[in-house]
Amino acid sequence: MTAPVQDEATRLSTQPLPVQPARRGDPFGPLRMGWRQLTSMRNALLLLFMLALASVPGGFLPQRQLNPLRVNEYIRDHQSVGPLLDRMQMFDVFSSAWFAAIYLLLFVSLVGCLIPRTRLHLKALLRKPPKVPVTLTRLPAHDSWVSSADSEAILVAARKTLRASRWRVVRRGNAISAEKGYLRETGNLVFHLSLVLLLVGIAVGAFHGFKGTVLVVEGRGFSNAVFSYDDITPGRRFSPSSLVPFGVNLKKFSATYGADGKALTFDADVRWTNASGVEKPYDIRVNHPLKIDGANTYLIGHGYAPRITVKDGKGHIVEDNKPVPCLPQDPQFLSTCVIKVPDAMPKQLGFRGVFTPTTVTDSSGRVGSTHPALQHPVLTLVAFEGDLLIDSGTPQSVYSLNTTAMTPVDGGKAKGLLPGQSMLLPGGASLTYEGTSEWATFQVTQDPGKLIALAASVGMVGGLMLSLFIRRRRLWVRVIDGVRVGEQQGSGRTVEVGGLSRTDAETFAAEFAVLTKKLRSSAAPALTKPEE
Amino acid sequence: MPDKALGQLSDSLLFVAVLVYAFAMLGFAGEQASRRARRVIMSAQVSELVGSGGPASRQGGSNHTVSTTVEKPSRAGAFALTLTVIGWVVHVISLVTRGFAAHRVPWGNMYEFSSAVALTAVTVFLYLLVRGKVERSLGAFVMLPVVLYLGLAARVLYTAAGPLVPALNSYWIKIHVAAAVMASGAFLLSGILALLYLTRSRYDARLAARQSIRFPTSLGAALPEATVLDRLSYGVIAFAFPIWTFAVIAGAIWAESAWGRYWGWDPKETWSFITWVLYAGYLHARATAGWKGRKAAWVAVAAAGALIVDYYVVNIFVVGLHSYA
Repeated sequence: MTAPVQDEATRLSTQPLPVQPARRGDPFGPLRMGWRQLTSMRNALLLLFMLALASVPGGFLPQRQLNPLRVNEYIRDHQSVGPLLDRMQMFDVFSSAWFAAIYLLLFVSLVGCLIPRTRLHLKALLRKPPKVPVTLTRLPAHDSWVSSADSEAILVAARKTLRASRWRVVRRGNAISAEKGYLRETGNLVFHLSLVLLLVGIAVGAFHGFKGTVLVVEGRGFSNAVFSYDDITPGRRFSPSSLVPFGVNLKKFSATYGADGKALTFDADVRWTNASGVEKPYDIRVNHPLKIDGANTYLIGHGYAPRITVKDGKGHIVEDNKPVPCLPQDPQFLSTCVIKVPDAMPKQLGFRGVFTPTTVTDSSGRVGSTHPALQHPVLTLVAFEGDLLIDSGTPQSVYSLNTTAMTPVDGGKAKGLLPGQSMLLPGGASLTYEGTSEWATFQVTQDPGKLIALAASVGMVGGLMLSLFIRRRRLWVRVIDGVRVGEQQGSGRTVEVGGLSRTDAETFAAEFAVLTKKLRSSAAPALTKPEE
Repeated sequence: MPDKALGQLSDSLLFVAVLVYAFAMLGFAGEQASRRARRVIMSAQVSELVGSGGPASRQGGSNHTVSTTVEKPSRAGAFALTLTVIGWVVHVISLVTRGFAAHRVPWGNMYEFSSAVALTAVTVFLYLLVRGKVERSLGAFVMLPVVLYLGLAARVLYTAAGPLVPALNSYWIKIHVAAAVMASGAFLLSGILALLYLTRSRYDARLAARQSIRFPTSLGAALPEATVLDRLSYGVIAFAFPIWTFAVIAGAIWAESAWGRYWGWDPKETWSFITWVLYAGYLHARATAGWKGRKAAWVAVAAAGALIVDYYVVNIFVVGLHSYA
């Protein structure tokens, strides 16, 4: 496709010209050429499509940052392709080397394009609208008429009319050049600069941000300090001193459900204290985080914690009404529980089992839950005695029981307990299921880049709207003495108007018609339109 | 009226709307077919006129005037348009009653969302029609996917009116989802226009090369000029793209307050991003030498495809935070 040769006046875009081959003998020729290639629109377009394509596996395959368990599952189920995909970072798409390569190249190309375009646009903003083309009749929109007024009056009136419609106007002898819609390119540049700002915001969050999650049982709390979290995700340049000092105590957690078991509301009633020790109540809900000086506390999960009392073989109460958080396994909150009693004498005690909030038992004696609410709770446990191996040196999860050095009690038979019921163990020990507390998991997030990203987003939408809805257009008015109609020469003046718009010619045609009508009536009544 | 009865009324009204749309589609198709037949006869007459040296019309002012071929108004087309408007009104009432039945905005699950998206597509089409930007007979190509889409939504995705899951219970559902609905309806319409453009431009190319023209390229005979379709498709995308951008950003702000992060590459977020990048690509392609025209139109079609994946494939087949309903 060959572009028509354009002169300065009709070139309305500040888009860079296509890449020109490097001059011969230029030592930096290949380098310069490479840079121009990289920053060319065509290349940016290819990178854009590559970015979309590269995101596709991230939209279909399980991703480690979202759910590492599902990734392991996937690799296990697809033994042939799984490990290969893993080597290609297909389960870490958005932190992969190739994804980073694409977006970094794209941003380099973007910046390389933005700098000259910003310079050109600033120049254009300072420059006066361009000179009148020789033939206005060749422009996409043009009109002419004969006026009886003198040229000065016509031009002054035309200037006034155009200024009233907020055109930038400059008078050049017997002609006027006018231009409008500079905000289009301004918007375009703001949009693209905002993209760069967005990347900065994301980077600030990734380097200096912090995320911690913690499970809290009713009646207990946590403080915003690294040691109090179960799991933390600090940014690469995160410093613990940037954590906002505060503490949260969970008074009560409550959830409500519909008859079908679908959750309706989650509610965490908390008291929080700031650095000066003032206590305040707050209600943390989904969509309603607790916000303290840039640290936000979210409610992200919940479950049940049956409270137990354990007496050991010597008659000592070793656990007194202690809540044991159980981990939900299905939507009806069938939850797995592990209880460790390291202080029990003479042997340590351990329990493994399930907690069911609305319990049903099938014919084979298996328990299940039919509703997530606490309607008919049962704690079903198998007891073990022996050595919990806690002091063996290898760290243990509180949610798993190592029974290699333990023997099951009662042949490993499970026993179901209702609230208030006890299970008796050999040697006089016992466990009593006292009642049920609830627990909630909270996530505390500090993202110092968030506001930068938000500002960038506002710039993106604003810039986009300007660049898509505003049209850049030019208009010229020229007054020629005399009427030239074929061979005839008459008195009066011929007014010629021509204009062009880079986009949306139809809308411009309508605008042009309205403008010329105003221009005709502005100075003096037009006589007739010269016949061609 | 009790909520349940109101919900049922809404369902019945949607059924009526689909039925009326289907008849409208037939009417538009009838008009389309008669136009095609006439176009063939007319092109024969025009070539005769030009051959006999008829006066060439002078084109003054803007050369972007709409084709001024005088045509007998088709009764089937006018009837179809009336039906479309009736169907649209019924469709609006169906959505409003649904909202009252559930005591919330009527776009809380995939069924309601699909209905709202289809309504937006019809609304944008009717708007373009009123503004004289689009030919009436294109209605056949708009109503066909709308009817299929609504039919599928009602058969497969149906959910009785009910309350929302807690994560959706936020005023952001009004903002984020409304913007997503608006942008999606327009995007799907632009996808149809891009396909029509591709059909017409292929028809033109084959006609010029004197090659055989088979279905579906033969549909090009009754379509508006390729440049008109291209400009329309662009106009609709230029309208929808900032809204989509806003929808994604509003979604990020909502995600920040519901999940504690504004962006986490959840599958829905990922596909929204892919859709956004492809439409951004389309807007650039349309201004890049070597990409204008057919290539850019294919990008628009691919972007609409990504949008469909975003809504349906992700919700139904991929596990993520957006798997509601």
